[in-house]
Order: sequence, then C-alpha cells, then structure tokens
Amino acid sequence: MKKVIMGNHALSWGAQLGRAQVIAAYPITPQTQVVELLSEMCASKTLDAKFIKVESEHSAMAACIAASIAGARTFTATSAQGLALMHELLHWASGGRNPVVMGNINRAMAPGWSIWTDQNDSLSQRDTGWIQFYCSSNQEVMDTVVQAFRVSEELMIPSMVILDAFALSHTYEVVDIPDQDKVDGYLPPFKPPVRLTPSDPHAFGGLTSPEHYFELRYKLQKDMEKVPDLVEETGREYEKLFGRYLGQVEDYRCDDAEIIFVTSGTAGYTARVGVDQLRQDGIKAGNLRIKMFRPFPFAKVREILPRAAKVAVVDRNISYGHHGVFYQEVKSALYGRDHDRPPVFGYITGLGGRDIMPETFKEMARMTLAKDKPEEDITWMGVKR
Amino acid sequence: MIEIRFHGRGGQGTVVASKVLADALAKEGNYVQAYPEFGVERRGAPVIAFIRIDDKPIYDKSRIYAPNHVVVVDPTLVEAIDVTEGLKEGGLIIINSEKNPASFEFPAKYKVATINATGIAVKHKLGSMAAPIVNTAIVGAVVKMLGLTKIEPLLAAIKEGVPTRPEDNMAAAEEAYELAEKSV
Repeated sequence: MKKVIMGNHALSWGAQLGRAQVIAAYPITPQTQVVELLSEMCASKTLDAKFIKVESEHSAMAACIAASIAGARTFTATSAQGLALMHELLHWASGGRNPVVMGNINRAMAPGWSIWTDQNDSLSQRDTGWIQFYCSSNQEVMDTVVQAFRVSEELMIPSMVILDAFALSHTYEVVDIPDQDKVDGYLPPFKPPVRLTPSDPHAFGGLTSPEHYFELRYKLQKDMEKVPDLVEETGREYEKLFGRYLGQVEDYRCDDAEIIFVTSGTAGYTARVGVDQLRQDGIKAGNLRIKMFRPFPFAKVREILPRAAKVAVVDRNISYGHHGVFYQEVKSALYGRDHDRPPVFGYITGLGGRDIMPETFKEMARMTLAKDKPEEDITWMGVKR
Repeated sequence: MIEIRFHGRGGQGTVVASKVLADALAKEGNYVQAYPEFGVERRGAPVIAFIRIDDKPIYDKSRIYAPNHVVVVDPTLVEAIDVTEGLKEGGLIIINSEKNPASFEFPAKYKVATINATGIAVKHKLGSMAAPIVNTAIVGAVVKMLGLTKIEPLLAAIKEGVPTRPEDNMAAAEEAYELAEKSV
C-alpha cells in the first residue's frame, strides 16, 4: 500500500509493522507526531501494544528498559534535549543488553533555543553503545525501524533510527507500506535468552566486580563488531522480500570519482543531486552516504574512499575543540592502512537547520579541487563571520 | 520536476492543501514531496508550504527557492509580502480572489489566475463565514489551472485525507475545478 506520510509517521508505521509491544514516550517538538500516531494506533488496536505515558524522557527510557527485560519488544522516540535527558539510561540499555529501538529526530541542542536540525544531539550519544542509523527518506525510516528490531534483538544491542528535524520529520513523501504478514515473516517475535519473570527469577543489572565487568564490555564490543555483517545480511533479505536494500552505506557514482563526498541524513540525498550537476559540468563526483554510523562501517569506507583522489566530508555537527565528527571518523578509518589514502577535507555546514543545497556541494567540490591538500581541518560553509 | 509554493495564513489549511495535492498526485503514480515552512505555526501569521512533483524519485531535500508556480491562499498576503520571490519566469500566480486577474499588478513575466475559493468555501459552509476553510477549493482550481491531474484522484484524496465533512470538501473542490480554466 502506497501512502503519502510524514517522516515522523514513518517511524510510527515502522513500530506498528514491527509489532512493538510496549511504547513509552514523552512528546517533544519535532517528534510529537510519532507519539500521536502511535497512541492512536494503540487506542484503535491496529497495534496491540501497551502505551505508557511518562513524565519525562528519562522515565520513558526506564520504562522501555524494564519492559525489554520482561521480554517485550519496545519502542520510543525523542529528540535533542529529550535524548540528552535519557543519557544515563542509554548506557543502561546497552550495558544491560536490552534491544530497545528508538527514533530520534535530529534537532540542534539548546541554547540558543532551536527546533531545527543538526546532528549534535545523537552524535553526543556516540559512545553509549547504541547502534545508530541515519536515514535519508521516509521510506528508509520505516524500513529501518523493522530491520533495527531484527538486528537489535539478534545481538541484544539497542538501536537508534535517526532522521532530520523538519527536512524529514515533517516532510511528506510516498512510502510503500508492506503487508503485515510479509513483515511477520521477516521479523520473528522477540524471544530473549533470559527475561524477568516470577517463575524463573534472575537479577538484572546487579553489582559487577572487577572480576566480571571487563568481560561484559568485551562481549558488548565483540557483538557490536557483528553488526555490519548482520545489517548486510538482513538488508539483503529485506531486499528479496520488499525490493529495497538496507545497507551500512550507500555509494553513488563512486566508481570513477575524482572527488567523493561523505554525507549522512537528508544531506546524503541532496548530495546526489549535487553530484549529478557536477557530472554535467564535467567533474567526476561521487557520494558515500553513511547510513550506519555506529558501529562505524570501516570496511565499506576503506573499500570505497581510496577510489577517489580527494574526499570531502560534510558534517552537520561539531565536536567542540576537535572537528566535525564524521571527518574524525573517516580519517581514523583511513589512517595506518596499506592502501592509498586520499586527502580528506572537512566541511561543517547546516548547523541549527541552515539549509544544505545542491549548490553547497558544487561549491565544496570547487574548493576541494582547488587545493592539493586541506589547509585547515574545518572549512565552514555558509557561516556569517 | 514542478515546484509549487503555497502562501496562506495559519489556520486556513494551507499545509493540508499541499498534503491533499500530494496525495492526489501520488495516486497518479507521481513522486511527491510536500512540506511546511520549517517553523512554529501560529494562527493568522503568514505560513508557507511547498510541494515538489516529479516522475522520478526526488532526492533534493533542500528548500524550494525558485518555484515554478505560487498559490496565494490568502489574498491579503499579496500586499503584505512578495509572493513572487524567486518565482521562475512564466510562472503562474494563482490567487484566491473574486477579482479579475488583470486587477493584480505583477511583472509581465508572470501569469495571474484567480479563483473565488472563499466564495465556494462559504457556499459549502466550510469553516465559518469569518474564517472559511478554503484549501480544498483552492486545490481543485490548482490541479485544473496547472493541468496536474483530473478531478477523480483529488476527490479520492479528499475523501481519505480530510477528516471533517469530506463530502462538502469534495463538492467545493469539484466546483472550483469546473470554474477554473487551464492556464499553463
């Protein structure tokens, strides 16, 4: 069934198709419609889930973790300050190996008070042990929620499905919503290896001495390292069933590119338009869109980027006192390897919802091709000085 | 690709107008992308909504700066703001007004068409006399004037997507469609 829906509702539809059993969420602009539609779905019984109203995002995540420990498939959604308020419990969910799936709408952190998009909210949660998917279309949002349940539950690691405020959250696009029974065939019911139940008591999250804690962290990392292959495998399986491949990255016209952009989120789609326009102008550009940011798709990045003479990383975020986050990660992926390492140029643009346009990519290509190697780690695109 | 910008005021259903148009065109197999101006909507304040229409997937997620056509849902905005900002040459300006198109002064590179959507909305008792909901009538005229689609997919989109009195809204859209003339 094809339907014109907003990005926020694509999250809700993904949760319904995934048969989420417990939803606890607290509304925040620009995420509100996710929760509105989910509460309607629960009220009208199209989704057989317990909807728990809570007084904060901290409590929302706490409720999701508890429900997950009890063996329920859980979903929530938040944004910006709401995600920040969850921070403590994000560690709890991953450390406790609770495969909660959460939508996060990328909204700039206040102050200055903003409801518009950038990635600093979710990238600030980089090291909490969550899988992170950055989406570029409403279709991808809905599909990825379904895949995220599958990947998360198989490895017992929580996932964030992330989309840009307004540029996706409030934008209506055509989404092909698959039949429920077909999705059921792809996503089996959640069966955790252990769960909280009175008939078989266990302690969860107990005191862990130096004798054991280290190993828990080792195991989390080892399972995190299994995510890329599992995303590949479940993404191909999804493609067989629904015709849409869900991978770690999307490479567009990278094979013969002299310059490859590294992008994410909606900018990762606008980049394709910029690449096409550059090719019309005789410049061989390509685009590597990072869809899965955690775990970082090292193998794909190392395979694809050395094809180009130059790499331009586009960051809609900043790590203060360092550089753009994707820029750091790309450089670290390429460093110390035998293969050729193209010079990596770092661009920061679009903070707080400033628009990123096809022309932005043409300008970045022009600036990148004009220099042999970067003269600075941050080139600010469109900032008023 | 066709890009259209809607100008209205908060509470008139301008965003819904772009959504209903998107629904109708998607039914015809088009790729569509509709979005409101990225901000905090307030009743009575000028609001903007956009729609992109194409026969192939739309990857451009940036804002629309140079629309092919504009639709002015609230005629008082013609005096208040520059509704032609960025409008491409040859673009059609569709205004909700009972006046003759010639009574509006715009540069010669643009075309103007009017539809009395307010009158149609009042006739079908959509909204109140003071604040009629004109969006379905406007969209009925837009699809005809721009030759975007026949009336049937629009009526189906209204039936499915307009929660309040869909039958009256369908009647308003149909009346506007009949009154409007293809203008591009």
